[in-house]
Amino acid sequence: MKLSERNYKADFPVFEQYPDIAYLDSTATSQKPRQVIEAVAEYYRSENANPLRGLYSLAVKATDAYENARAAVRDFIGAASEREIIFTRNATESLNLVACSYGRANIREGDEILVTISEHHSNFLPWQILAKEKNARLKFLKCSESGEYTVEMLEKALTPRTKIFACAQISNVFGRLNPIRGFAEVCHKNGTVIVCDGAQSVPHLPVDVRELGVDFLAFSGHKMLAPMGIGVLYGREELLEQMPPFLYGGEMIEYVTLCGATFAELPHKFEAGTVNAGGAVGLHAAIDYINALGFEEIGRREQSLTRLMMREMAEIPHVHIIGSDDPDEHHGIVTFTVDDVHPHDAAAIFDEAGVAVRAGHHCAQPLHKYLNLQSTVRASIAFYNDESDVHRFTDCLRTMRGRMGYGE
Amino acid sequence: MANSFYNEILTDHNMHPVHKHELAACSCTRDGVNPSCGDEITLNLRIENGVISDGSFTGSGCAVSQASADIMLDLVIGKTTEEAVRLSGIFTKMIRGECSPEEIDELEEAGALQDISHMPARVKCATLGWRTITEMINEQG
Ligand SMILES: Cc1ncc(COP(=O)(O)O)c(C=O)c1O
Repeated sequence: MKLSERNYKADFPVFEQYPDIAYLDSTATSQKPRQVIEAVAEYYRSENANPLRGLYSLAVKATDAYENARAAVRDFIGAASEREIIFTRNATESLNLVACSYGRANIREGDEILVTISEHHSNFLPWQILAKEKNARLKFLKCSESGEYTVEMLEKALTPRTKIFACAQISNVFGRLNPIRGFAEVCHKNGTVIVCDGAQSVPHLPVDVRELGVDFLAFSGHKMLAPMGIGVLYGREELLEQMPPFLYGGEMIEYVTLCGATFAELPHKFEAGTVNAGGAVGLHAAIDYINALGFEEIGRREQSLTRLMMREMAEIPHVHIIGSDDPDEHHGIVTFTVDDVHPHDAAAIFDEAGVAVRAGHHCAQPLHKYLNLQSTVRASIAFYNDESDVHRFTDCLRTMRGRMGYGE
Repeated sequence: MANSFYNEILTDHNMHPVHKHELAACSCTRDGVNPSCGDEITLNLRIENGVISDGSFTGSGCAVSQASADIMLDLVIGKTTEEAVRLSGIFTKMIRGECSPEEIDELEEAGALQDISHMPARVKCATLGWRTITEMINEQG
């Protein structure tokens, strides 16, 4: 299948600077299109003041820019109201917010928190800490060898004590899409709150929080074309209403006296201190860019490049892909090992060939331990990649063992 | 594009290490760990009258860490412990990019690792063996 003729790299100034780099690390962070870079610059050129604070017209402009971004996020993920959209720094902060605020207020001794074995440390450590603090039990949902979790597996693992289930929609190691809608149904039947990490799904496919039925959804702007330092927490309004603030300070109060305070309405209750308005504006521009492009085109390109990559990798001896053999189960994320070549050596050799990939445990040490792997290499694809990127990668991979002194 | 530091010296010492084995009658042993790559080595030395009469290592990890440990043992076996610590200091300086060509010459084959100074993430791999031997000798007093 041929990709569309349009050269998306032309939208990304970084590729003008580095025309020969095959950037295959979009799972770590995406590159930024000119439209986003410009929107942020324009905000600082012509709309900047401290939002929500000033009483003059420039501050009103800044507030509007910030709140318009919130409305764009609400529409993008199908939330019922802007009150359910909280701006954070990133997915990690969003997940910590849920654990610290909702978790501390609701978890009691003897309760169970269930997380999948493949969670990113960001959706694992906050729960581990909470469990320790509350004398609750942290339990793991284990996947099949191909990285699959089914609704039946979750149903079996839930108990009457399971208060929270934390799960990524797409794992950053397997790239597999988890059946979140089914998960949410069985969780709710069980009285369990479901916290979904959308860091790897929201950039790549349409995510609708009401259709999925999740209670919380966390994601990062920087993985979806927006600047670093802006992230989102979606929470169902009735849960957010009851939750105590996460951080305390400016902007999140209504009245303060010497002996107490009343807190601001949602969502500002959770946005203490000066906000990242430039980042929010950038996220708004990123959403506009994605909407104009369409998830159909994004998915089609990423799927076709993933198929090409995995087809070529299958022909290279001594290369082992983690997870499913089916490229359509990978969503652009291909994690692998090469016999006898340490992943960090592999990444360095890829770098010499102008290929940017990630090596290590990808912030998923429990999973690597479970799979009995020390570390792995990960190549990840975004819609702005093209066939030449994939070929640069596979050409280097073919010679990798030879470069390290092993016969082919 | 980056210069390749995966030269023949490095790959050869990684694939065919001379000193990667257990050591009989060794006088001291020390473990070294580099958590970033997950490299682990156990270094063994036999020290007689202040001279390293033999040495070996075992362990696993990336090619840089394993080859560097092997190259180091090539260099220090037969030398005094003082000399080993001094050479280890030069190696560390080289990796920081602060060495003169004359000093690098003293390191013999280990000079082949100098380009790693451009790869901060890999410095810990390259210095693992050297750090371990220095700590070990210093501890012996
Ligand atoms: C699945 C998943 N969750 C959470 C994160 C954390 O994202 P951030 O570092 O932007 O908070 C990442 C990114 O590395 C991820 O891949």
